[in-house]
Amino acid sequence: MTLLTRRSALKLGLAGSALLATSQMTMAQLRIVVEGANFQPLPIAIPDFASSDPNFGREIADIVRNNLRRSGLFLPLDPASLPVQVGDVNGTPDFNVWRTANVDALVMGSVERGGQISSSVRVWDTQQAAQVVGKSYNTDPNSARRIAHIVSDAIYEQLAGGTGYFDTRVIYTAESGPKANRTRRLAIMDQDGANVQYLTDGSTMALTPRFAPNGDLVTYMNFADGNPQVYLLQLSSGQQQRLANVGAMTFAPRFSPDGGTVAFSVEQGGATNLYAISTGGGSPVQLTSGAAIDTGPSYSPDGSRIVFESDRGGSPQIYMMGAGGGNAQRISFGQGSYSTPVWSPKGDLIAFTRQSGGQFHIGVMAPDGSGERLLYSSFHAEGPTWAPNGRVIMFFQDPGGNDGPRLMSVDIWGRNPLTIATETYASDPSWSNLRS
Amino acid sequence: MALPAPLNTALRAAAMLFFVVVVAACSRSSNDAVGLTGAGNLGPGGGAPGSQQEFIVTVGDRVFFETDSSSLTSEAMATLDKQAAWLNQYQNYRILIEGHADERGTREYNIALGARRASVVVNYLTSKGVNGGRITSQSFGKERPVAICNDISCWSQNRRAVTVVQ
Repeated sequence: MTLLTRRSALKLGLAGSALLATSQMTMAQLRIVVEGANFQPLPIAIPDFASSDPNFGREIADIVRNNLRRSGLFLPLDPASLPVQVGDVNGTPDFNVWRTANVDALVMGSVERGGQISSSVRVWDTQQAAQVVGKSYNTDPNSARRIAHIVSDAIYEQLAGGTGYFDTRVIYTAESGPKANRTRRLAIMDQDGANVQYLTDGSTMALTPRFAPNGDLVTYMNFADGNPQVYLLQLSSGQQQRLANVGAMTFAPRFSPDGGTVAFSVEQGGATNLYAISTGGGSPVQLTSGAAIDTGPSYSPDGSRIVFESDRGGSPQIYMMGAGGGNAQRISFGQGSYSTPVWSPKGDLIAFTRQSGGQFHIGVMAPDGSGERLLYSSFHAEGPTWAPNGRVIMFFQDPGGNDGPRLMSVDIWGRNPLTIATETYASDPSWSNLRS
Repeated sequence: MALPAPLNTALRAAAMLFFVVVVAACSRSSNDAVGLTGAGNLGPGGGAPGSQQEFIVTVGDRVFFETDSSSLTSEAMATLDKQAAWLNQYQNYRILIEGHADERGTREYNIALGARRASVVVNYLTSKGVNGGRITSQSFGKERPVAICNDISCWSQNRRAVTVVQ
């Protein structure tokens, strides 16, 4: 199989049905990828990046290899096994050497640290003797890992189609201490677990942080006032304030796609209903009414609809309504209960938590409730969030007992479940958009 | 502002001791005057009349719920009847109702469920004459379990509403 074929398989399989009307062979590839059977990650050779500081060149190449490996779509080859150990972005590779080594996809990179960090990268198709990516980037000198993520995204986008998701961050709840009296504070890190910073000191409980689309504003649940209340936190300034003064308790916030509105739950007298409020202030608008628990609102990418969970029919299930409220339709009908619906940034799927058969499951379904597939099941798994390209979901799982939660990711075909290493227990991940 | 202070260590220990008594009492007979007979066995641990410790140990400071339910069981109503009588006798205390859920649910839903349970207890106590102006409530969702394990007997102790007198 040539690289071109493999690359086509990757691209076509991931692009979806728009490209169905091609040859028999690509249709077969498409089916293989979507069903998750017989999928083969693309082998790719990434020698250390050329640099006047060879350790730095190796470090950057390691980050790129790690990103691509963790995507599950690529299989970076052991650098020590490669015919060339250090990249060369200036010359044309000796394609025969690479073909003999069974390498179809080859990444040649360089990186230098000066006033800025500069990196160049070329990706070669050795079978076709053709360059498929050639790019150069500069970042500020404190962003060494970011340039590796930006390069990774460029490679991913060319070979796998769609947009990348490596130059992103995750905000989450860091948990420590005994389970009966656990400290919970907000933390932020790069998507691969590097560069952790703690944002709150743990003196009051902080839960369910969610990024605004701009990646600077965060909304979360803060217990500083006794009952939990929704707060807004600006990362760049560290300033925060309570979002709304309505009901006894406010929680479960999430931004609209334009970042201008937050939908959230308001509890009063045991009833929990959905409201929305402008982040600039003003009066909250009530979206649902009744004695049930309505929570977990999530906007469609075009902002026109809200998916949420409600126990109005007995057990928690997923419902859909217009963003202005009213006329909610139930969309989940499987056995057990459904909660934490989150709309994919591409609009095609809704991720959720399902409880059935004594287990918790992370799954996806179409916005009309059809095509449900469970991606990960365990004693306890909860709280999906989407990578900005809509192909990877992060969530948290907890083995129970005195143990604590850990972040995991899985792709939308249920492949490649991975634990994201964190120095504390971790829950409530929220994935940022690609950084600008 | 800090979180409202949970039970202090001594009270918490007393509460746990009371658990043992309640469980033993329940296993012997259903609607026995739960806690009263047990309190006698505790001797001085029962606390002086009108003390917080008496409320926790002798009256019983908490009620339990079925899975995903906020309905009061007959045992829960019996405990709340005693709480109401005590609270109506000792009117100097302010009252915080804490609502809790077990870990077999999602975080946000359980925050709401804890609030619903607390609300049911508030409504019951006020229906028994306790002045609603003395009562505040707070939900902790599933974030503050008292029993840690991986089985049903344990989770049932975490599905609770706790009446804190302060």
